[in-house]
Amino acid sequence: MTADRRLTLHVNGITHSCEVEPRMTLADCLREKLDLTGTHLGCEHGVCGACTVIVDGAAVRSCLMFAVQARDSMITTVEGLAASDTLSDLQQAFHDHFALQCGFCTPGFLTTAEAFLSENPSPTRGEVQSAISGNICRCTGYVPIIDAIVDTAKRRLESGK
Amino acid sequence: MKAAAFEYRRADTLAETLLPELNDKPVAGNQSLGPMMNLRLARPRRLIDIATIPELRKIVESPDHVRFGAATTHAEIEDGETPDPTNGWMRAAAGNIAHRAVRNRGTMGGSLAHADPAADWVIVLTGLEATVIVAGPVGERRIPMEDFINGPYTTDLGDSELLVAIEVPRPGSSARWGYKKFMRQVGEFAKASATVLIDPENDRHRCALGALGGPPVILADPLAIIEGSVSAADIVSAALSGRQLQSFSMHVAALESALASALGQQEDCA
Ligand SMILES: Cc1cc2nc3c(=O)[nH]c(=O)nc-3n(C[C@H](O)[C@H](O)[C@H](O)COP(=O)(O)OP(=O)(O)OC[C@H]3O[C@@H](n4cnc5c(N)ncnc54)[C@H](O)[C@@H]3O)c2cc1C
Ligand code: FES
Ligand code: FES
Repeated sequence: MTADRRLTLHVNGITHSCEVEPRMTLADCLREKLDLTGTHLGCEHGVCGACTVIVDGAAVRSCLMFAVQARDSMITTVEGLAASDTLSDLQQAFHDHFALQCGFCTPGFLTTAEAFLSENPSPTRGEVQSAISGNICRCTGYVPIIDAIVDTAKRRLESGK
Repeated sequence: MKAAAFEYRRADTLAETLLPELNDKPVAGNQSLGPMMNLRLARPRRLIDIATIPELRKIVESPDHVRFGAATTHAEIEDGETPDPTNGWMRAAAGNIAHRAVRNRGTMGGSLAHADPAADWVIVLTGLEATVIVAGPVGERRIPMEDFINGPYTTDLGDSELLVAIEVPRPGSSARWGYKKFMRQVGEFAKASATVLIDPENDRHRCALGALGGPPVILADPLAIIEGSVSAADIVSAALSGRQLQSFSMHVAALESALASALGQQEDCA
């Protein structure tokens, strides 16, 4: 059994070392220890999806994972979706389709959609709809968000990416 | 809110989890315990992370059943990464639990141990006549699903016992199944649910109701229900007599819908 509190985390291709209490969630660790504040916290009990990050290729709720549980995992946050200051194709599609207003929910939608598209590169509109059913947006409305994801899938298929 | 302070250990073997100290709490996917800890409804002193223990991740196939390690995730079943003794019924049920991000972490064993009356595995595994295997300091016990859940969030697990596996019997080749879960929106817990299993080769027939605020209810005389010689409304009102249930009509409709789907009269039955 392992109990030490010094933790190595691999986030967006960079290896970080930090000291965490076991009760610190991955979300709080990303935000407070690593200054990656793109991951947002809404409900802190798994319902809103704002805190979604990608751990070893799979979308997870970072409010329901303790940082110590992410030891040795590869983590991608919204900050890691695009190279440097450019937008990823998915982020650009959110921009083009007006798929965000206040932006609070957006990191969770982007990580959810990115993980989803890697598992299902040619989804139907209905599949996109149910893929984002665990993410709550209180101001934009879901139609432009679905449009942006459907559009990204289509473009990726066309360009063979 | 944030969880109260606790200690954390990741367990590497089953043996080391079977010597718990007072207030030790196993954690698997943390998708039910996590919300309770964040809301401070649960304040374990020490968490023992069992999610990666090899014995709990093992899946064993036999001619008449599949034994799933308790730490098998909903997503692994949904994706067909594990064998499905029911030829797709379990996969479909798994894919309808919560949302993908929750399914990626949440486990079958965690669902059963948590015993939310509205949880999917609670009713589905009861409907499929599964058996739960628990291990403790004095050895292993086998408990049929219908005896495992004693009440809302209450099971037959002893303080120092761990749920290690779930054994799901293989239905015969002509077997049929229906599972209906009423929910307000995709990914929510059931408001009412029902299952129907018709397995003539093995002489197994079972109709069950879930999301009743306690353990699932197994309905008497399933053959009469399946043959249609009694109405769903009569059966449900007899089974639930004395209970004040707002969802009564939803349970009747859930049973009718599960039955129609098992009889092949209804295409889409979530
Ligand atoms: C937003 C949201 C929506 C959800 N919707 C649904 C839904 O629609 N349907 C549904 O069925 N579920 C739903 N869930 C619950 C989800 O399925 C959980 O994964 C599941 O209930 C618990 O599994 P877990 O592995 O996460 O358990 P944990 O949270 O890790 O543990 C739960 C409890 O079980 C105990 N435990 C865990 N494993 C064992 C074991 N092997 N032996 C003994 N005790 C053990 C723990 O000590 C704890 O008390 C939802 C959860 C969330 C957050
Ligand atoms: S903050 Fe994690 S799901 Fe809402
Ligand atoms: S853009 Fe404001 S909550 Fe979604």
